[in-house]
Amino acid sequence: MSENFRSSETKFLDKTNRISFKYNGKKYYGYKGDTLASALLSNGVHLIGRSFKYHRPRGIMTCGSEEPNAIVQIGGSGSFTEPNVRATEQEIYEGLEASSQNCWPSVEFDVGGINNFISPVIPAGFYYKTFMWPKKLWYSLYEPAIRMSAGLGKSPTQPDPELYDHNHLHCDVLVVGGGISGILAASISADNGNNTVLIDDKNSLGGSTIFQDDENFKIDDEIPSVWLNNQIKNIKNKKNLIIKHRTSLAAYHSYNYLLARENLADHKSLDERSNKLRQRLWKIRAKKVILATGAIERPLIFNNNDRPGVMLANSVKKYIDYFGVRCGNKNVIFTNNDSAYETAISLNKKGINVTIVDIRNNSSSILVKNAKNAGIKIYWNHTVVDTKGYRRIKSIQIMKMSDDGTNVIGSKINLVCDNLSISGGWTPMVHLFTQSGGKLKFRDSDQVFLPNTAMSDQISIGSCNGDFELDDVIKNTNSECKNFLSASVTDYDSLTISCPKQKESKNIWLLPNDKPLGKTKPFLDFQNDSTAKDIKLAMREGFKSIEHVKRYTTTGMGTDQGKLANMHALGIISETAGVKMGSLGTTTFRPPYTPLTFGTIVGRNVGTFFDIIRKTPIHEWHENHKAKFENVGQWKRAWYYPKNNESMHQAVQRESKAARESAGILDASTLGKIDIKGTDASEFLNRVYTNAWSKLAIGKCRYGLMLNEDGMVYDDGVTTRLEENHYVMTTTTGGAANVLSKLEDYLQTEWPELDVWLTSVTDHYATASICGPNSKNILKKLFPKLEFNDENFPHMSFKNAELNGINCRIMRISFTGEHSYEINIESKYGKSLWENCIEAGKEFNITPYGTETMHLLRAEKGFIIVGQDTDGTMTPIDLQMEWIISKKKYDFIGKRSLYRSDTMREDRKHLVGLLTDNPREILEEGAQIVQDEKKQPIEMLGHVTSSYFSPNLNKSIALAVVKNGKKLKGQKLLVPMKDKTINVTVSDFVFFDSKNERLNA
Amino acid sequence: MFIITCPFCGERDQSEFSAGGEAHIVRPKQPTELSDDEWADFLFMRKNIKGVQFERWNHAHGCRKWFNVIRDTSNDKIHAVYKMGEKPPSD
Repeated sequence: MSENFRSSETKFLDKTNRISFKYNGKKYYGYKGDTLASALLSNGVHLIGRSFKYHRPRGIMTCGSEEPNAIVQIGGSGSFTEPNVRATEQEIYEGLEASSQNCWPSVEFDVGGINNFISPVIPAGFYYKTFMWPKKLWYSLYEPAIRMSAGLGKSPTQPDPELYDHNHLHCDVLVVGGGISGILAASISADNGNNTVLIDDKNSLGGSTIFQDDENFKIDDEIPSVWLNNQIKNIKNKKNLIIKHRTSLAAYHSYNYLLARENLADHKSLDERSNKLRQRLWKIRAKKVILATGAIERPLIFNNNDRPGVMLANSVKKYIDYFGVRCGNKNVIFTNNDSAYETAISLNKKGINVTIVDIRNNSSSILVKNAKNAGIKIYWNHTVVDTKGYRRIKSIQIMKMSDDGTNVIGSKINLVCDNLSISGGWTPMVHLFTQSGGKLKFRDSDQVFLPNTAMSDQISIGSCNGDFELDDVIKNTNSECKNFLSASVTDYDSLTISCPKQKESKNIWLLPNDKPLGKTKPFLDFQNDSTAKDIKLAMREGFKSIEHVKRYTTTGMGTDQGKLANMHALGIISETAGVKMGSLGTTTFRPPYTPLTFGTIVGRNVGTFFDIIRKTPIHEWHENHKAKFENVGQWKRAWYYPKNNESMHQAVQRESKAARESAGILDASTLGKIDIKGTDASEFLNRVYTNAWSKLAIGKCRYGLMLNEDGMVYDDGVTTRLEENHYVMTTTTGGAANVLSKLEDYLQTEWPELDVWLTSVTDHYATASICGPNSKNILKKLFPKLEFNDENFPHMSFKNAELNGINCRIMRISFTGEHSYEINIESKYGKSLWENCIEAGKEFNITPYGTETMHLLRAEKGFIIVGQDTDGTMTPIDLQMEWIISKKKYDFIGKRSLYRSDTMREDRKHLVGLLTDNPREILEEGAQIVQDEKKQPIEMLGHVTSSYFSPNLNKSIALAVVKNGKKLKGQKLLVPMKDKTINVTVSDFVFFDSKNERLNA
Repeated sequence: MFIITCPFCGERDQSEFSAGGEAHIVRPKQPTELSDDEWADFLFMRKNIKGVQFERWNHAHGCRKWFNVIRDTSNDKIHAVYKMGEKPPSD
C-alpha cells in the first residue's frame, strides 16, 4: 500500500464520509470536502499531466482557479465527459472518474516527451517560421499534424445531457469574494440596510484566513481562524444578506452588470444530480459592487522550476492546514518575502522537515524569528539554480547571489527534497476591475498593479487592492466600506490586530543562474510552456508591445489565461528593455475570469427553445396531411405535401399543375400585415411606396414596392383600402418586423406631423389563398350571398363577407397569375376556414400547395421575391419595374437615390429570364453566369436567383441578375458548373400568360 | 450592457433597445434640389466619435418609441435622454 500523506485532523473535512474515485483507472480514497488535487496529494500523487508543447511531466502547483498544470478530463468518455477541469477546484464525489490529458500512451510514459529533448529547435514562433513552405504541404501535411497534437483534453462527442439555467438578480450591494475582507464588507453592507449578495467560488467562506491558526496573528486576542469563523456564523443570520457558494464571477460589464456561474451539481455524484440543474448563470445588476477578489501568489522564475513537487508556498500551507495533507516529507521553501514563513512554521509544527532558501539578506520580523527559533535552517541571499527529478522533484541546487542580485557566486549546495514551495510575493486579482473599464496604477515598492480609477460605482478591498497583511486588510476594508456605503459605525472600528510580518520583499523577475539563459528552462507560463528565453527571443526579433510578445510566445494564452505568468512576462520585458514596468501597461483582461461551459452560456436556449418557433393557426392541419415544413424567419411554413412516397420534385410538379388546371390552396397567414389608420394614411403610403396611392378607391387593392433611402428594393406587398382612413398593408413574411420598425421610424422622426397609426396584425388574421380556374366556383359555395362577377368583384378589389356568421375579408389578388382570392379571418377561426375551403373545393380537386409550388408559380409569371431575386443592391429599374415608379410624385423614400450617377448607370445588373438550351436541364440557384470562359480572369456577369422546372410549360425556367441584362435579350450565355457548362439564352422574365388573361378566366 | 432611461417608460436594460445611429440628421425636405454629393452626405456620412455622441435609440421591446441619447462612446456613460423633436439639454 502506498504511503498516506494525510498527516493531521482538520475540521474542514468530513472524516466519516470516505469517498472513492478513479484517477487514470486506479482507485483512490479521499474525504467529503476534498478537491481532486488534495485527495490525490493525500495519496502521494503529484504527477498529473504533460505540458502542452514539450510534454514535460507536470504536477499540482496551486490550490485554486489559477492552476496551470493540474487540468484533467472528468467523467470518462461518455456524454458527461468534460476536458480541462482544474483538479484544484473539482470536489471529489463517489464514483468520480478523472484522467490525465495531453499524454500518450500514459502520463508516466508519454511519447510526446521527445519534444522536451528537441526543445532547442522548437523556440517561440516555431510553427509560424517553419510551416510556411512548401505551401501545398500545409493542407495535406502540416495542418492535420498540428491539429492532431493541438489542444489539451478531448471534447465530448455527444450532446450534453445536463440542465442549465439563467437567472436575473438585482441587489443594492454585490460583494465578490468570500475571504476575510469580503466577509467584513458583506457584514457592514447588510448592517446598513442594503440588500446584499456575497458570492464566493469555494464551497465554504473564509479565504486563506480561515486556516490561519498561527498564534502570532491575533484579532482581538483570538487567532484569526477562530475570530473569522465567528464572523461567518454571525453573517449567516443576517436577513438581507444572500450568500452564494461555488459561484464564480465570470464577467464584469459596464453599469455594474455582472455574470456569475453558480455550480450546483459538479460536486455531486451522477446519481444525485440526475434531472437537476448543473450550473446556473446569474445575470446580476448591482447598485454598488465591492470587489474582494484576493491575490494570487507569484511563482519564482528559475531553471527547471516546473517539476512535479514544485508548488506555491501558500497552497502548500492550505493543503496542510485546511486539508491536512503534506505535499512532501522533505520540504524546501524558496521565497523572496515573509509570507512563505507561515508555510514553514505550519509544516514545522506538524513535524515535517523544512528548509528555507531566501533571496533576501535578512528579515527582522517576529515571524522569521519564530522560524529561526523553531530550528528551521535558512539560507539567506541564496537562489535555486537547478532542480532534479523527472516525474517528481528529488533535489535542488542553490547558490549564493551577488550583492546586486544579477549573478550567482561561490559553490553549489545540493539539497535533497521531495517538495519545493515557492513564493515570489503576491499579485492582486484586478481582472474584474479592469473588465469593468477600470484603469490601473503601478506600485513600485512591491511591483504590483492596483485599481486606480473605476468606471462604475464600485470599490476594491483587501488584497486585490494591494493590502496583503492582516492588519491592513481589516483596517482598510473597514474604512473603505464605511466611506463607500456611508456607514457611521461598524463592528470592526476598534479591533486590535497583531501581524508579525515584515512587508518588504525583494523582487527579481528572472533569478540569476550559473549557466547562460540558453542552457536553462525557467518557465513563466507552465501550461503553454513559454520560458524567459522565449520572451527575450521575441524581444530580440523586434516585438515590443506586451500584446505582441504575448501572442508570439503564447504566454498567458492557456486556459488559465496567464494568471501566474503575465506579471513575470511584463517584469522580464521591463528588465530587458530597461523601461519602467508601470509604463508597459498590461495585456487586456477579458471575460470570462475562469472558463465557462457552453451549457452555462446557452442555458435553456437549446433544442426547440433555441429560437421562437411561429406556427400558423392552420399548422396542425398541415401536419396531419404530412406536409414538409420549411423555416421562413421564425415561421414554420408548409413547404410541400408529398403523397404516396412522392419526391419533393414530384409533389411540387403535381401541386403546380393542379393550381393552374383547377384549384390550389395556400396558407398565407405568415405574410406580414400592418393595420394603418389616420387621416394622413394615404399621404403616408404615398411617401413610403414608389407608386401613387391618393386615388386608390375604397375597396380596392394595389401592389406597392418599398425602397430604402438608398434606392434599393426593401419590401413589397399588396395594400388594401378598407375605408377612407383605414388601410391594411401586407409585407413579405421575413420582412414584417423590419418594415414596421422602419415605418415607425419615419413616422416618429421625419414626419411627426402626419396623423397615422400603425399596428402589427400579422398574428391576428389567418389567410387562405385559393387560386385557379375553379377558385371562383369554390368561393361561390363558401359565400353564396356574394356576387363574384368581374364587375362587382374585379381583380385587385376587396369585399367584407361572413363565413358561418364570422366576419372575413376577401381580397381578389393574385401571386400566381391565376384567378385567385385571399380570405382573411380572425386567427382562432383559421383552421375552420381552411377546412371549409377544402370541403367546398373537394369536387374541384382543390390541392393544398406549399411555399415551393408558390415560388414556382410566381416564377412562371416573373414575379419577384424580395430577398431571393433581390439582395439589397437592386433598384426597381434594375428589376425592369419602371412602371411602378410614379413620375408625378415629388418625393418618396429612395426617390432621390434613383438619380444618383451609380444607380443610373446603364450597365448595372438587371433581372432577366434564362432558358436553358436543353429544356430538361435545371439550373442551380446561385450559379454564376459568364459569357467567355476562355478570357482570364473570367468575367462574372451575374447569377441565377430562381430556377425551376415548369410543369405548365414543360421546360426549365430561371430568373437571374445579369450585367447589362436588358440589352442581352436573345443572347447566348454560359453557366459553368463543376462537371459541365450549361448553355443558356437570355429571355423575357415573364414565361407564362404574358397577357394576364388567366386573372379573369 | 448599460441602462437607458426611456423618456416614456423609465429605466430599462439595454437589451430592450435598438440603436439607430447618429441623431439630428434631418431628411432633406427637397431631395431633388440636392447635388449627388449633398445627397450622399445625408445618406451615407456618419460621425463615429470616440467620446460624447448624439444618438437615436428605439425602445424596440417596449413602447417602440424613438428618442435621442447623449452617450460617451468611450465609457458608455449616458449624459442625457430626450424626446424626438426636442432640443438637446444644454449643459
